[in-house]
Amino acid sequence: MTAYLLRRLWQMIPTLVGVVLLVFFLFKYFGGDPAEILAGQNATAETVKAIQEQLGLNRPVWEQLWIFAKQIITFDWGRSWATNESVSGLFASRLPATLTVMVPILVLEVLLAIPFALAVAYWRGSLTDRAVMVVTTVALSISFLVYVIAGQYVFAFRLGWFPVQGWTDSVWTNLVKYAPLPVLLAVFVSLSPQTRLYRSYFLDEIGNDYVRTARAKGLTEKRILLTHVMRNALIPILTGIGGALPGIFVGSFLIEVFFSIPGVGREVLLAVNRSDYPVIQAVTIYLAVITMVVNLLTDVLYTLADPRVVLK
Amino acid sequence: MRAPTEGIWAAAWRRLRRDKVGMAALAVVLLFLLMVGLASAGLIASDWQQERGVSYAPPTFMGPAERDEANGLPVPKGPNVDLGDIDPLAPQYKAWAERAATYEHAEAEKATTLPFGADLQGRDVLAKAVQGAKVSVLVGVLAAVVATIIGTVLGALAGFFGGKVGDLLEWVYNVFTSIPGILLIFAFAAVAGRGTQSVVLILGFAGWTGIYRLVRAEFLKHSVREYVRAAEAIGASTTSRMFRHILPNISHVLLVQLSVHVVGFIKAEVILSYLGLGVAVDEVSWGTMLAEAQTELIQGYWWQLAAATLFMAVFVTAFSLFTDALRDALDPKLRGLE
Repeated sequence: MTAYLLRRLWQMIPTLVGVVLLVFFLFKYFGGDPAEILAGQNATAETVKAIQEQLGLNRPVWEQLWIFAKQIITFDWGRSWATNESVSGLFASRLPATLTVMVPILVLEVLLAIPFALAVAYWRGSLTDRAVMVVTTVALSISFLVYVIAGQYVFAFRLGWFPVQGWTDSVWTNLVKYAPLPVLLAVFVSLSPQTRLYRSYFLDEIGNDYVRTARAKGLTEKRILLTHVMRNALIPILTGIGGALPGIFVGSFLIEVFFSIPGVGREVLLAVNRSDYPVIQAVTIYLAVITMVVNLLTDVLYTLADPRVVLK
Repeated sequence: MRAPTEGIWAAAWRRLRRDKVGMAALAVVLLFLLMVGLASAGLIASDWQQERGVSYAPPTFMGPAERDEANGLPVPKGPNVDLGDIDPLAPQYKAWAERAATYEHAEAEKATTLPFGADLQGRDVLAKAVQGAKVSVLVGVLAAVVATIIGTVLGALAGFFGGKVGDLLEWVYNVFTSIPGILLIFAFAAVAGRGTQSVVLILGFAGWTGIYRLVRAEFLKHSVREYVRAAEAIGASTTSRMFRHILPNISHVLLVQLSVHVVGFIKAEVILSYLGLGVAVDEVSWGTMLAEAQTELIQGYWWQLAAATLFMAVFVTAFSLFTDALRDALDPKLRGLE
């Protein structure tokens, strides 16, 4: 196991180097001149030159790359160009809001989709199953944006069950007052693709020989689905959850912008609109690292879900 | 004489024709494509920027909006007060009125209702939805084509050659997939600027990895098959073997992937346009219509939201159903699984 972990960590290095190179050259050759962005529209040539000097933009490319790499390793990204806040401080202050919304979404999504998918798989081929599939196809074709616009209008503006939008410093108030509407809307929208996906995992397993054997020895359909099929279908489900985990840290951009939630997603979007390169670069690289670590953890979790999986 | 064997496309078409849902979906998709074609040629909805009705004119079936007297300041009664001694501009008014009179001026007749209503500026929502369909569908299709081309070329190289080239491309693939998709799109958007062309390139460059994976697997499988060996034996060049022998044999995989991506990219364009990273401000897409709809809905003007949603839902549903039918027709083994 230790050897496996070490090898996996070692394999991450080239990928990470690639991410750093991609981000560096993307902004270096396709982005605007940072000095001009920083100096603003009415800057004199001297100001621009001074900023170029200060950022090391007139040094050779490999030297700039080295400065960039040093920033990543030391977690020192300097300050946001737009707000002059330190980039790490910016993320630390925005992350709680994002997690307050995203963690309940992920938990509810998985906890609701599994029983739904089991039910649909149980009634597979029947009219109920077909009706559910048709409804999910149509539901899926409507943009997430429409659900959010209509949901806010109906449940907050018309019915007044939730506040239209808002946010406070108290985590508890946020969780019980402001987060429920965005969370419920997001879960409602992701439930149908998730149910379809999990249904296909369950159906894949139901076709296997061990299910036939279980039926032959007279087990109830309920026991087959809940005990035998469920355990085997957990592997792809775990992979899916692992894939969704890194997304938690950026949050759903749309939800944060729409409900004015001061989270990481909205901050990144503001950075994109303001050409605030340090913020975008930092979040891209760290998210890549988190993704790789989460993928590794998911692989380790497989051994718990399925003892036959041996990590080599 | 032997009857010629049925080719994969003929067989797929035969299977597709039996699929009623698939054929109905295909008809709807073709109608939309015809509409997009006519709009691109400037034959319909080219005047979407004209102010055809009064501001927020309701849809025809609702009748004209009632004039709301409660809003705004009451119009003062009695003769106008002469402000000549305190208004410094007053001496100029007569000269300005004379100069204005020398220009031709026609008060455009503004409709009080339109089939699908009007937006803030009095533009016809139906024309906007048609024009929006043009932009959204074109972005979706072109981005999917870009992604398919990148994914196919890289996947073909990685799968066919393997070795060093394969390792290098696997590295590129790992780099692209280790960055969450939406963030990759944002990073590209930060440097690419706005506009239809940018959106196509951003979505295409960020979305090729899935296709690469599939094409690579197919090329790995096919490159050792006998027909490819035979082609090599008769002296077919590497490019010829890759793109003239193997590619047609996996083209059904590409076609299905292309249509799957069209749906995904149309939805992505809507979100990007809402976030302000999508099409340019002088263009209209379903995404920009929905972005306007948010504030309109609170004021009770629901028709733009309804029009954009209806157009998008019909097209995307039809396209998804057609894609499913296409996959079933091209790869009958998959039928019944998802």
